[in-house]
Amino acid sequence: MPPKKKSHAAVEVDDVGMEVDAVSEDDSEEEARRKTKNRRAKAQRKPKRVSDDEEEEEEEDEAPKRKARKKKRKPQDSDEEEDEEDNRSVKSKSSKASRKKAAKEESDEESEDDKKKKKNGGKAVSKKGKEEQNDKKKGNAKGSGGKNKGGEKDKKKKNGNSSSSSDDDEESMSEGEMAALKEEVEEKKKLIATLRNKPWRMQRRLIQLKEAQEFVEKFEGALGKGKGRKWYAYKVMMTKKLIKFKRDFENFKTACIPWERKIKEVESHFGSSVASYFIFLRWMYGLNLVLFGFMFGLVVLPEILMGLPYGSLPRKTVPREEQATAMDYAVLFDFNGYCKYSFLFYGFYNSDRMIGVLKFRLPLSYLLVGVGIFGYSLMVVIRTMARNANEGGDGAEEGQFTFSWKMFTSWDYLIGNPETADNKYASITTSFKESIVDEQENQKDENIHLRRFLRVLANFLILCSLGGSGFLIYFVVKRSQDFAERDNDELSWFEKNEVEFVMSLLGLVCPPLFETIAELEDYHPRIALKWQLGRIFALFLGNLYTFLFALFDEVTAKLEKEKSIKNETIWALNAYYANYSSFYNTTDVPPPDVHPADVIRGPCWETGVGIEFVKLIVSDMQVTYLTILIGDFVRAVIVRFLNYCWCWDLEAGFPSYGEFDISGNVLGLIFNQGMIWMGAFYAPGLVGLNVLRLLTSMYYQCWAVMSCNVPHERVFKASRSNNFYMGLLLLVLFLSLLPVVYTIMTLPPSFDCGPFSGQEKMYDVVMETIENDLPSFIGNIFTYATNPGLIMPAVLLMVLAIYYLNAVSKGYQQANLDLKRKMQMARDEEKNRRNNKDSTNQVMKDLEALLPNKSLIPPPTEEDELEVPDVVVEKSSKSPKIKPGAVANGKGVNLQKEVSLAASNPRGPVTRAPGPRGGNARGPQPGPEKGRGRSAR
Amino acid sequence: MLHGRYRELAPHLVPLDYTNNPDIRVPLTLIITMPELKENPFRDRIVETFSEDGHGNLTFNDFVDMFSVLCETSPRELKTIYAFKIYDFNRDNFICKEDLEKTLNKLTKGELTPEEVTLVCDKAIEEADLDGDNKLSFADFENMISKAPDFLR
Repeated sequence: MPPKKKSHAAVEVDDVGMEVDAVSEDDSEEEARRKTKNRRAKAQRKPKRVSDDEEEEEEEDEAPKRKARKKKRKPQDSDEEEDEEDNRSVKSKSSKASRKKAAKEESDEESEDDKKKKKNGGKAVSKKGKEEQNDKKKGNAKGSGGKNKGGEKDKKKKNGNSSSSSDDDEESMSEGEMAALKEEVEEKKKLIATLRNKPWRMQRRLIQLKEAQEFVEKFEGALGKGKGRKWYAYKVMMTKKLIKFKRDFENFKTACIPWERKIKEVESHFGSSVASYFIFLRWMYGLNLVLFGFMFGLVVLPEILMGLPYGSLPRKTVPREEQATAMDYAVLFDFNGYCKYSFLFYGFYNSDRMIGVLKFRLPLSYLLVGVGIFGYSLMVVIRTMARNANEGGDGAEEGQFTFSWKMFTSWDYLIGNPETADNKYASITTSFKESIVDEQENQKDENIHLRRFLRVLANFLILCSLGGSGFLIYFVVKRSQDFAERDNDELSWFEKNEVEFVMSLLGLVCPPLFETIAELEDYHPRIALKWQLGRIFALFLGNLYTFLFALFDEVTAKLEKEKSIKNETIWALNAYYANYSSFYNTTDVPPPDVHPADVIRGPCWETGVGIEFVKLIVSDMQVTYLTILIGDFVRAVIVRFLNYCWCWDLEAGFPSYGEFDISGNVLGLIFNQGMIWMGAFYAPGLVGLNVLRLLTSMYYQCWAVMSCNVPHERVFKASRSNNFYMGLLLLVLFLSLLPVVYTIMTLPPSFDCGPFSGQEKMYDVVMETIENDLPSFIGNIFTYATNPGLIMPAVLLMVLAIYYLNAVSKGYQQANLDLKRKMQMARDEEKNRRNNKDSTNQVMKDLEALLPNKSLIPPPTEEDELEVPDVVVEKSSKSPKIKPGAVANGKGVNLQKEVSLAASNPRGPVTRAPGPRGGNARGPQPGPEKGRGRSAR
Repeated sequence: MLHGRYRELAPHLVPLDYTNNPDIRVPLTLIITMPELKENPFRDRIVETFSEDGHGNLTFNDFVDMFSVLCETSPRELKTIYAFKIYDFNRDNFICKEDLEKTLNKLTKGELTPEEVTLVCDKAIEEADLDGDNKLSFADFENMISKAPDFLR
């Protein structure tokens, strides 16, 4: 069930439900109280007779009156009487409760007591009459209940009369009577407990309840039971409270899931496939939030709080020549100027081994967080995939009763508010459409050869176009390298931006092309979406490739430049030292006093890379949002409003409204995340930026989808586990892991910026920590652990483990499949058996015809004839499903054997004539209850 | 409490004091204006099912009955029985194709095309019908419902 949308009205319903429970509960409690009161009253009656004159008189007065009234009315509508009685008690109870709450003074209590006593007195007297009446009715209505019962009832009647006249009689009961009574009391108790489960009309229930309660009340005391009643009532109340609390807690939990309502709303109008994108987006948001927490908590905040402030170091200062334009908007927008020398980027971080009073090892933390982000993401993605895989299926096969369940159980009866109701209607319709699409796909009978040929053809075409675009990208990148060697001025604008141009052109043209080709394949839309995703993914990989290529070119260029600058600096420093020492003739040289803004500095390639990534993300965001704004919103507005004055129907015709592009959006999200993973190491602020982006895009896209898109033509159900998205994400994660790890392991960090400045390799921080801060044996262990002789067996072991687990899972899969097939077979068998029941019955009937008691009825002469009356009788008398059996029963033929053969579960009504309400007899608890068919209409 | 709700529906019909004239029926049109039922596609059917005369006029007993069945704590079996009655539009103790079509149209506000409706109905019957008579008896219904994960109502 979809999370309960709890409207006000729904709550009310629940409340009412609880109220009903409470009433019935109250009833029993009240009964108990009354009982004790009664006793007391009875006991007190004698001694009090003199003293409490007033009360007694009133009581006495009232009792006959009531009796008289009862007598008068009894013949006409005794039921009504019961009803009224109960109503009165209910009313009085509620009023009493309110009163109790309102005033707790002694006096009030006393007066109430008096009233109650009065009432009790009245009841006690009136009970007699009622009981007689009830018993009479019982005798009439429940003749079928069995003789044993009747006997007991008689006894009870006797007892009831005697007990109300004098209590002494009860003691004279024999042991056997006691046991019987006990049993009876238990039975009645059970009846009270299960009364709510009976599909009877209220009146009947009330009567039953009354009877049972009275009975129990009367004899429980005699048997010395009923002490636990209050405790029982308390327990029941507590369980009810607990259930309610649990339900509220569940609701609270669903309310805590962010955007659950938004997504449900989208899902109800656009189907689960579109919703799956938003769920994915939400998941991504959660992941990024965690990454953001790591990055900010362990890297950014310590540096800001405990590190040196801005302007204290060259790496934290804007150089002199840039200072003039550093605050310009255009510069800032390019993430140069002040942005470049802020905590957003790698270069800002200092290389001091420890900072602050806490001796926080920032460089180590930086490296570990950088790697840990990958580790955490990998773990989370794989765990989610595993969980999704556990959750099962591809969404398509959902068991046997898809449609029936949808039909009978999809409406949420708690809905009370019109808006939610509209959403529910929409969602039910969409879900039906989804199932219909699935079903049509199953039913499609096809020319398999043609289909295969078309699919091969489509794949061939797409491979061709993919290969073509790959070659194009390769060619363009090569050319751009040539261009890069030439002077910048010789190149035209086109030649400079050729790569970007080609890339965006490919991105624009290819996806629709693929989609068109995919029409040939005629897959189910869900599968088609997967193919589409895979193909565009392959195309985008080219994008990634060119981007990385350009980046590495830049990095190597910067590295060379840096080398020369480093040499220059060292040379300058040496010259300075030489000059200084020769000038002042001392070896104790103070460091050169240069303002940090004026220091010669290297290009700091890490910051450069970080800036590239941030720019890419920002521009991507802009493009996405603009596309939505123009492609969806403006289009929708135009289509909507120009439609009034246009020569063809814009809404139904050419431009129409946009559909939500699932594949494009999902892939955009995935590649965006890849960029984040790659860039986070060089630009710690990127993660925060991404969190913002995801947040805004959640709201923005939700709005855009709801307001300017139309549902897909064939709404299809998303696979329940969106493992395909996850798989793509994993691939991208792996791809983005490679360059980062490569740079960490091989490239030398910049000498004058970032947390690793001054080190040969970035990972040297770890070595340094191990050597300096940890005890030596850990260092030893580390050296042993990194020994190839140990690593190789470990890898081998892992591979073996994987192989073993794989084999095991295959086995389970096979078993699972077998079981499923068995279940299907069992179901088919049952179906067949029920279908063929008539034929088997025929044989049975032939057999029955030979039995002697056949003579009791006019024998069906021909078998053919027998078929016809079966149907007719069944139709006309609306007999239950057990047609032949029931009909035969009606004719007095004993067909018990056959019935037990036909039915898998117990079937009560063999001894009963086919009443109008036979279906009921197959109720939940086939027991010896009497006259179940009474609730028939 | 419940009586208050009951009276709310038709103040002019239902007296506050319920001691003397219990033979009162509130007509269907008033019952379905309750907020709990207002948005329910099966409201007519629900009320009709619970009314004793079958025309949707509820006595107070019927009213209480309805609430006790619809409330959350009432047992599943009971709900199954009443659900079957509710979905059985023509009251022949079978859910036949017409019933299904009606149900479907109420559920989707008639947004599905006739072909789709017939498809769904055929499928539903095919799925749930165990005895092959092309309609769902209570046994079929119970069997199907008992396996449903979210039969809550």
